[in-house]
Amino acid sequence: MRLRADRNLAVAIVAIVIALLPFIVPSFSTFELTYVGAYAIAILGLIVLTGMNGQISLGHGAFLAVGGYVVAILAHRFGLSFWLSIPIAAIVSGIVGIGLGFVALRLEGVYLALATFSLAVATPSILKRFGDLTGGVMGIVLPPVAAPKVLAGVLTPVQWFYYVTWAFAGVLFLVTARFLGGRVGRSLRALRDNEIAAVSFGVNPHFYKTLAFGWSAAFAGIAGALIAIPTAYVSPDSYSSLLSITLLIGAVLGGIDTMWGALAGGVMIEFLPLWVQKINNAAPSVVYGVALILVMLVMPGGIAGTLLRLVQRRPPAPGDAVLRRTEPTRAVEQ
Amino acid sequence: MQELAQQVVSGLASGSIYASMALALVLIYRSMNVINFAQGEMAMFTTFIAWQLVQQGLPLWAAFTATIAVAFVGAVLLERIVIRPVERAGPLTIVIVTLGLLITFNGLAGLFWGYVIKSFPSPFPAAPINIGGVAFSSQDVGIILVSLASLGVISLFFAKTKLGLAMRAAALYPAASQVLGIRVSWMLALGWGLSAVVGAISGMMVAPVVFLDPNMMQGIVVYAFAAAVLGGVESPLGAVVGGLILGVLLNLLGTYVEFVGTDLRLAVAFAIIVAVLLIRPAGLFGRVSVARV
Repeated sequence: MRLRADRNLAVAIVAIVIALLPFIVPSFSTFELTYVGAYAIAILGLIVLTGMNGQISLGHGAFLAVGGYVVAILAHRFGLSFWLSIPIAAIVSGIVGIGLGFVALRLEGVYLALATFSLAVATPSILKRFGDLTGGVMGIVLPPVAAPKVLAGVLTPVQWFYYVTWAFAGVLFLVTARFLGGRVGRSLRALRDNEIAAVSFGVNPHFYKTLAFGWSAAFAGIAGALIAIPTAYVSPDSYSSLLSITLLIGAVLGGIDTMWGALAGGVMIEFLPLWVQKINNAAPSVVYGVALILVMLVMPGGIAGTLLRLVQRRPPAPGDAVLRRTEPTRAVEQ
Repeated sequence: MQELAQQVVSGLASGSIYASMALALVLIYRSMNVINFAQGEMAMFTTFIAWQLVQQGLPLWAAFTATIAVAFVGAVLLERIVIRPVERAGPLTIVIVTLGLLITFNGLAGLFWGYVIKSFPSPFPAAPINIGGVAFSSQDVGIILVSLASLGVISLFFAKTKLGLAMRAAALYPAASQVLGIRVSWMLALGWGLSAVVGAISGMMVAPVVFLDPNMMQGIVVYAFAAAVLGGVESPLGAVVGGLILGVLLNLLGTYVEFVGTDLRLAVAFAIIVAVLLIRPAGLFGRVSVARV
């Protein structure tokens, strides 16, 4: 019970800090923090899929592309408001995700990684090919965001969209926490840890694995939309394979075993490149790569996982180190 | 007809590059059951080393040889330092570590050599070769010959030498090989070294065609995935045949099917990967494996 109270307190503090930040930091930082919220949503989806359900996706950039392009095309062609187009983006991306989820049912571990990685690399060229719809290499320019008239004097457009993004993030985090804490979460984790045992206990693997894929893709679609709107521009090259890899890096560095990891990961992938870029344009990749390897070797729980363990002062439980589980079927004897 | 023949040969040339990269992937897959996502970036990085050596005034073939040595030693060290600690971990862990290597090498190449596209000297003459009245580019013919020769050497190594036998044994029956005195873990490192050599050769062969930049292998590695999957990820012969088929197929589709053009070639590779894994996961030459649970 104490743990739950502690957690609620932590959630409340984080929520208050997020709510007050736009009034403390300069406008440009508010803009950057908007992206943090969107990345956190995408990474949360990845944590559900990869961390909780054990299905690896190296192609989540493709779902961000779906979300971004749906919003851009609807705004550009039909002048649709983003209140309508963001849910549509989530639905379209979720359906694509369920489709890929059906494929993923037949692919295990490394093969799924390979297929999704290929999708990530192919995404920009597919977007370029269907230029009639996507605007080709030129991309699509979106209309600028404006705060509603009632709030026009109170909030700048940047602050307004910051709150929109974080409101989405808040709702999606709460919904995810609700589901992961119950039957759904237990089923996903059971399938990850031992599929055969889970199935014997009556967990339907097809339903839950496809659900995880669709869920995760819908979140990535929303994130893609929330990134495209303040950027006011989508183009094929914004959705390179590097984006997909970056999202996975965010999840792993942040902590793939806990929802807090999404928040930590979002902060990392938004700000780490900005800090490191001052040294050299290529430096962020090197830092990412080395950090990724180091995290895997020495702290597989990521930032959030490691912090949680320190705060809760408990020894690492077997479930913590999802990423360090040895494969019982393929042990190399030493 | 003449154009078709030229297209087929140039498809075989790109196909032999995919075949080499696919073989590099298969060499590691067979011994560790993982895909090395950094394979393409390692090849790119070693190609940059070759370029640097040529810039320093080394003759082309000397630079090639030196680069191959560097690739071998570098990859063995990499396996010992980075992969060994996670050798026994699940596939997810190793995939993420190799992704870390991918992005590190990409960044290092950008850091050392920048993102401006560089031209890489070709070891082959510029004049076309005339075979049966049809002019083929010497570049294409050269790539095919060098790639097939290096694949031949690799297969002879595995078939005829004691070390090759030990590596195959370690990959198939690690426990039994250990008992017989084979240092299984070192065999994995050797596998990394060999596949880096194959990768380096294909990088240096393809660089004169696609030019040198840190992202040059990104598409090629996806074609290599498709080739490996098509041939059967367990099978070195399958990787080679898969690579050649894919090279010709993509070239013909890109040239004669307007819908595919140049932009959808990667999408075709993705579709092939998914289709093969769904319909015939063992690929053309792989064996269907049965797991006891």
